[in-house]
Amino acid sequence: MSTATHTPGTTGTATPAPTSALNLSRTTATAGRVLRQLRHDPRTIALMILVPCVMLFLLRYVFDGDPRTFDNIGASLLGIFPLITMFLVTSIATLRERTSGTLERLLAMPLGKGDLIAGYALAFGTVAIVQSILATALALWGLGLDVTGSPWLLLLVALLDALLGTALGLFVSAFAASEFQAVQFMPAVIFPQLLLCGLFTPRDNMHPVLEAISNVLPMSYAVDGMNEVLKHTDMTAAFVRDALVVAGCALLVLTLGAATLRRRTA
Amino acid sequence: MMNIHRDSPPTETLPNMDKSPAVRAEDLTVVRGPRTVLRGIDFTVPRGQITGLLGPSGCGKSTLMRSIVGTQAKVTGTLDVLGRPAGHPKLRTLIGYVTQAPSVYDDLTIRQNLEYFAAILAPGHAAADQRHENVTRAIDDVDLTSHADSLAGNLSGGQRSRVSLAVALLGTPELLVLDEPTVGLDPVLRRDLWDLFHNIAAQRGATLLISSHVMDEAERCHRLLLMREGRILADDTPDALRTRTDSETVEAAFLHLVDEAVAAAAREKETTR
Repeated sequence: MSTATHTPGTTGTATPAPTSALNLSRTTATAGRVLRQLRHDPRTIALMILVPCVMLFLLRYVFDGDPRTFDNIGASLLGIFPLITMFLVTSIATLRERTSGTLERLLAMPLGKGDLIAGYALAFGTVAIVQSILATALALWGLGLDVTGSPWLLLLVALLDALLGTALGLFVSAFAASEFQAVQFMPAVIFPQLLLCGLFTPRDNMHPVLEAISNVLPMSYAVDGMNEVLKHTDMTAAFVRDALVVAGCALLVLTLGAATLRRRTA
Repeated sequence: MMNIHRDSPPTETLPNMDKSPAVRAEDLTVVRGPRTVLRGIDFTVPRGQITGLLGPSGCGKSTLMRSIVGTQAKVTGTLDVLGRPAGHPKLRTLIGYVTQAPSVYDDLTIRQNLEYFAAILAPGHAAADQRHENVTRAIDDVDLTSHADSLAGNLSGGQRSRVSLAVALLGTPELLVLDEPTVGLDPVLRRDLWDLFHNIAAQRGATLLISSHVMDEAERCHRLLLMREGRILADDTPDALRTRTDSETVEAAFLHLVDEAVAAAAREKETTR
């Protein structure tokens, strides 16, 4: 008979088998469950899908006399909206999972942490695609956003941004003890990036220290990528780099998020 | 109606283990923050029976259950569950666990909740029919068939805790760890659930560990673990406890044992002074 002798500090040593291996059925079951939860909450769906469109519409007529500015800001915002929406939704959803006891129950079951995270990413990624398609279509054909490159590339960056938002939301939810705190992470994590990402002024016009900081913030690359599509007809090297940086950041933060899911808790 | 797979404890998954206890703890200690919640306790939980875990609030019942399920951190000592160290990945499909607060998704219906957890336990297309059967049976077990399509968030407290219980009944767990499953339920439902627990033990050969601070439920257990302040006060059958302490009820026996423990502690203080 085997025995377990845990020592304090080395928690979870009795579970040596890989726990984050992906299982496709469990991942899709989780994604389906998250979407089913959303379906019982039509108001949230409406807000997620419609608010970005309304903001774009507003912006178009705020800059009514200056269509060039709308082109610049509009393209950047197409990348920023999915990030913010997915950040908020994911941080609250995973916080609920932690506080309702369902996370403890799931982790006591044969569910891999990777299954759970991939399930969330898949579900909110799907919502992000719908949101981005609507926002991009409205901007391009409804509001006359003048983009040189392919709308598909805009969509690709928007999707990567949504993934990044999901990853960040998942990660910060580990540090929030309540929904009040989770919402406050939005100004703490998102606003600095918003100020420094080049939306208000080109990044090379900033104070060198701020420019250096903006160089390590992922949202800067999301906005740069959108601007590349705005100005160039084909896929530039800079665009590929920007897309890879955003995707890499999303994966890194998702991995960090997985590390915050503990099977054993105090 | 119920999945009657076996009349005796399982032998196919755990060879030569049928005589061994379902849970065996030696010198089990758990620290939570500055507090030592379990203080080097020893006990066994026999297979195929209902063991009641009784004691006042805050005595460490939930921590003990979380340790057995493998969700408690900072556990030291020996803790074997179904012949494997607690928290072993292989145990995750063999244990059904119900937390004290109902842990279900409020924004899903009862059926959707169970379907999701069933898909985690037995994933894949091949198991779809079996899953459907298990879900229907689990809902019926806890007498919620008429509410199957209601949102869990719209149910009463007692109904939500029964949904949580139904999740633990999915599949065919060999060990059910139930943390105060009958709190807040009316007498009729409590009786029905205890009948269900006895059925599960008798017909499926499962082991049940059920905590409660309602002493009259103790009479319905095969064995009792009485806890107080992180220690096991007694580990016996209800009858033996009553006889030993010359009491009418388990509650009186418990109080008798507490008084004894307090007196012993006082004597010890006296002699060491």
